[in-house]
Amino acid sequence: MATDKVEREIVIGAPRERVWAVLTEPGHVAQWFGDLVEIDLRPGGRAVFGWTEYGSHEARIERVEPPGFFSYRWAHQAGDPVAGGTSTLVEFTLEPDGSGTRLRVVETGFAALAGSAEDRSTAVKENTTGWLNELGELKEYAQRAAA
Amino acid sequence: MTAAGRPGGARADEILAALADPTRRQLLSELAARGSGTATRLAQQLPITRQAVVKHLAVLSRAGLVSSHRDGREVHYAPQPDGLAATAQWLAALAAEWDVRLREIKRLAED
Repeated sequence: MATDKVEREIVIGAPRERVWAVLTEPGHVAQWFGDLVEIDLRPGGRAVFGWTEYGSHEARIERVEPPGFFSYRWAHQAGDPVAGGTSTLVEFTLEPDGSGTRLRVVETGFAALAGSAEDRSTAVKENTTGWLNELGELKEYAQRAAA
Repeated sequence: MTAAGRPGGARADEILAALADPTRRQLLSELAARGSGTATRLAQQLPITRQAVVKHLAVLSRAGLVSSHRDGREVHYAPQPDGLAATAQWLAALAAEWDVRLREIKRLAED
């Protein structure tokens, strides 16, 4: 069954241990996910991803299994606590790929978010899978039917 | 852009929640294929009661995915594609943000 999932992956020309460090060490993370980053790297540990412009997002570390798996839940809105209706789950899987690493990220739980976010339009690429395809198909049906 | 990271909309959340149920997705597909329908007709097409159909249609209606109008005794439901388009764009934007982050992770790791 389709879920409310965003799933992306990339192949990186570096070993898993190196990618693991970039994913989990605050100094590295601050270069790709926020400006001010705190990470207490253990299950149940607190993390904070802060953006000077947008505020700080709380997160809770879920699983820490170096160098293959890392996950956390993070609050959808700056200032919110991490809870069922306020956060999404982000899971990273690192698999060896030749001498490099295949890094996959899956973010889930959007449907469970209690509505509150403001509309913010962003540049859009029609290139994700799962839900998006299904939504696209439904939309096509609907538009055909409406025509 | 990152925490712009949370482009969204109350609508998008509600729409995803409404669509999380396979019966509701089926109802919506059914409506989309036919242009419109009544609860009675939809109940004939799916293995659920008319009462269950009405409940599911109410959820879809609150999320803005179907509209309804009364014609005599019957309420006719029609699909509303705009909400789907907005939700698809929302998820595509989230995916595009992960693409940006993953490329940055790659650059840092390969440095």
